[in-house]
Amino acid sequence: MSRFAPIKLPTHTASIVDDPYEHGFSDPTDKYAFISKPGLSARLVKEISSHKNEPAWMLNYRLDALSRFEAMSMPMWGGDLSHIDFSSIHYYLKPTLGESKKWEDVPEYIKRTFERLGTPQAERELLAGVKNQFDSEVVQGSLKDVWSKQGVIFLSMDEGLKQYPDLVKQYFGTVIPFGDNKFSALNTAVWSGGSFVYVPKGVEVTMPLQAYFRINAEKAGQFERTLIIADEGSKVSYAEGCTSPTYSTSSLHSAVVEIIVKKGARVQYTTVQNWYKHVYNLVTKRAYVEEEGNMVWTDFNMGSLLTMKFPSFILAGKGASGETLSMALAGAGQHQDTGSKAIHLAPHTTSTIVSKSISKGGGRTTYRGMVNIGPNAHGSKNKVVCDALILDPDSRSDTYPTERVFTNDVSLEHEATVSKIGEDQLFYLMSRGLSEEEASKMIVRGFAEPLIKKLPLEFAVEMNRLIDLEMEGSVG
Amino acid sequence: MLQIKNIHVCVGDKSIVNGVSLSVEPGEIHAIMGPNGSGKSTLAYTLAGHPQYTVTKGSIAIDDVELFELSPDQRAREGMFLAFQYPVEVSGVSVQNFLRVAYEAKFGKLKSILEFRSHIKDLAKELKVKPELIERSLNEGFSGGEKKRVEILQMAVLKPKFAVLDETDSGLDVDAIRAVAEGIQTIRAKQNTGMIVITHYQRILKYLKPDMVHVMAKGKIVQSGGHMLAEELEKNGYAQYV
Repeated sequence: MSRFAPIKLPTHTASIVDDPYEHGFSDPTDKYAFISKPGLSARLVKEISSHKNEPAWMLNYRLDALSRFEAMSMPMWGGDLSHIDFSSIHYYLKPTLGESKKWEDVPEYIKRTFERLGTPQAERELLAGVKNQFDSEVVQGSLKDVWSKQGVIFLSMDEGLKQYPDLVKQYFGTVIPFGDNKFSALNTAVWSGGSFVYVPKGVEVTMPLQAYFRINAEKAGQFERTLIIADEGSKVSYAEGCTSPTYSTSSLHSAVVEIIVKKGARVQYTTVQNWYKHVYNLVTKRAYVEEEGNMVWTDFNMGSLLTMKFPSFILAGKGASGETLSMALAGAGQHQDTGSKAIHLAPHTTSTIVSKSISKGGGRTTYRGMVNIGPNAHGSKNKVVCDALILDPDSRSDTYPTERVFTNDVSLEHEATVSKIGEDQLFYLMSRGLSEEEASKMIVRGFAEPLIKKLPLEFAVEMNRLIDLEMEGSVG
Repeated sequence: MLQIKNIHVCVGDKSIVNGVSLSVEPGEIHAIMGPNGSGKSTLAYTLAGHPQYTVTKGSIAIDDVELFELSPDQRAREGMFLAFQYPVEVSGVSVQNFLRVAYEAKFGKLKSILEFRSHIKDLAKELKVKPELIERSLNEGFSGGEKKRVEILQMAVLKPKFAVLDETDSGLDVDAIRAVAEGIQTIRAKQNTGMIVITHYQRILKYLKPDMVHVMAKGKIVQSGGHMLAEELEKNGYAQYV
């Protein structure tokens, strides 16, 4: 009960009815083109590959990855993974026979769902292109002519492999080899969907590309695979959002995102992760940044049961730079284990990691970061700032920073704060007439504001709205 | 009228205020002076409804509305305002956005945000609050004087019926004290706000010319008088009361 409540108010217990999650509806799966039986096997991998008519090298690569997955043990660190039942998951769910350019050609129920999620409107004005994925496959996608005429490629990963097999073969798995971790191995074995982006030399894509990932079926696994290649001097911003129905059973989302930032190029990758809180979100994201290139990860995690995600960059060329802006909000039952990795391999490389986390209602946030400055990276700089806000005594936040420095003449800064919403702050705002809920919202918004203002406007508005929604009913 | 009747206040099991009664009419200024630890700030927080302070006896009412059972925000809506001795910093929330939310909490949705912003700018100018402060995070990195002026600005925007100013003059230089005092006078003149001014020094009272001066010691009001009393206290100290 609120410390500020008038005396003798009836206590209010949170229940499932109060669940503020807005995107919890689902569609039936009886019209799906194909649903794999639960469980993982070489046979399933072959089946997926044959559905996609893939070249032999990809099938073999998948099978190698599967063997590696089976050989690797589960991570002994991070969140609780012991309840994932790999044998109960549907690894491949194909809702339609193919991708459509126009919404008219998408099955009515899927179109309606995406309309409820608001994606088609955004596409019309603000975006250069979109990919909308429903379970395992991209069902709709487009790229405005102005960009395709300049040679920009924006396809689903499957289409990318079909149309540009050499380019895909050249880069696929080079930034994140399947043996990187158990879940990158899993993704490589059963990947489906995701985006393939190529931006030619010197082209600046001034509007964002957007992908939307919707899990729809129960016990679904979603394993999209994204590869972005920004050629020399190009610029592109890519944003993704994701939601899922409110099933009581858990789902698994395990993506791999590889980004190649060539000399002098710039890529900004924004994620607004809003899975329902029964989704395991175990994602590997990494960028390889060449000379004077710049990579920015804006990674916002609101949803999921457990997220383990550490977007990273390998600063491989002289003067390359990377920045991660990470925000996590963990409510009841959630654990956001997030952070970033900065690997400096070349001289005069710069990285910044800013992490802000909010835990409430027994939720748990973890900042886990690694800064590695190699022997050739003299003159490099790194700065890490992590701030945690803990809203109540049941909630928890931990910080695990690792710094490995193998050369002299570098500069490292690390700042960390942990704060609680103090009674003093609440009282101050309430003494001006704000209710306790309004006051808490204001404090949380203010805490998140330095990161939110770095987002494109429409995402900033959405993030503020999500934070407000998450805070609603959290006091009282 | 703000009417405090025989209130007793505890923090934990320690009794701090032991029966204070005070009536303040609209437009009146009452000064409360007294040695450290006499319960002045406790009285201020208690009026605003801080949950740490337990009222064990007595009543507090504004125009016959009993405040005792109301939460701090409900009291604010009934017309109570506390200017803090140590205003709290809230990062990422600009002064103007905060004022807008607070204004709307009290008076309902604004018709025009732009109009409101220019209204705040005018008030800030009048109260000698630097215009750039309005766009900065609330109290964050403000100097002592800036914080106190922003408290007065908040009071001007929220138009309380009664305000408690808890050592608003402490830590301020002479010019800042005068500016703050002028602000207080302006608000009183415009809105007929009744005020309780808690202070250690007679200096601010020279500008405010209180209607009444009360001396508080050991949780009680031990003497009351006109503004001459403040001068006597400045000269002789509180030795006779402790």
